[in-house]
Amino acid sequence: MKLIINGEPLEQPVANLAVLLELVEAPSHSAVAVNETFVPKTLYRETSLHEGDRIEILSPMQGG
Amino acid sequence: MQSWTLADATLNSRLLIGTALYPSPQIMLDAIRASGAEVVTVSLRRQNSQAQQGGGRDFWSYLQELDAHLLPNTAGCHSVKEAVTTANMARELFNTRWIKLELIGDDYNLQPDPFALLEATRELIAQGFEVFPYCTDDLVLCEKLVEAGCRILMPWGAPIGTGRGLTDPYALKTLRARLPEITMIVDAGIGAPSHAVQAMEMGFDGILLNTAVAQAQDPETMARAFRHALRAGRLGFEAGAMPERDLAQPSTPTLGTPFWQQAPQ
Repeated sequence: MKLIINGEPLEQPVANLAVLLELVEAPSHSAVAVNETFVPKTLYRETSLHEGDRIEILSPMQGG
Repeated sequence: MQSWTLADATLNSRLLIGTALYPSPQIMLDAIRASGAEVVTVSLRRQNSQAQQGGGRDFWSYLQELDAHLLPNTAGCHSVKEAVTTANMARELFNTRWIKLELIGDDYNLQPDPFALLEATRELIAQGFEVFPYCTDDLVLCEKLVEAGCRILMPWGAPIGTGRGLTDPYALKTLRARLPEITMIVDAGIGAPSHAVQAMEMGFDGILLNTAVAQAQDPETMARAFRHALRAGRLGFEAGAMPERDLAQPSTPTLGTPFWQQAPQ
């Protein structure tokens, strides 16, 4: 299964979003969107992933 | 200085300050503390490794030291969908319903897209956000943002990062006069403390800036300068400036002027 994580391809079967975040060692302070839709933390386990899904994992950063 | 209310927060400082572009994280902390600002803007970005952050220490840990209200932005968003998703991610990540809504319509001068901004504002207010819209100084746009439920507006002084000050004081004065009940913060374009004084004297409620402090030769001292500038400008507004006159008028009394001789009869 091919996924796009923060713009980078990842070729690996992944059961759900929670598993993926562990796999990629996502920072503890992060928020996630799948295919440009926000996914709250409470739904990580029940969010299954599909071929071609684009996942954004965002962290706090400097801003103006 | 008297305290004031921004959304549901009681603040002493009228300065809102950004966290970007400082020479180092420590200088950022020192400058923000020196500024007296109690609201700091932050963003969300991809973080591919801890090593990208200042010496392995992530930005989040620096933020904790500030103990400030966080105002996340949607910088870089070009569509309503992107902005709404980013706002939701920010709400979870920073645990706040405040959002500085930035929706860029033109990449050349980072000018807000007024149409997308209004649409995203309606959606986010429906979702329970306190929207701080980064907008142009267009009166009709601002009125529509208020109709959509905004309690706060953040018109630009000039395009982001230009430091040009208030390029259209007439438009800003008009906004202030026509929307007296709305909390209005001049956001973007401020370059020098005198620009902040000018905006505060007009009756704006606050200033949001970043580059003017972060890119100053001495950010901490410039932060202190802005702290005083905002106070001076606000006091000037509260005191009420004298009206301008076209002709000179002596300030020293003319009665009893020495060496004055009545012209001989």
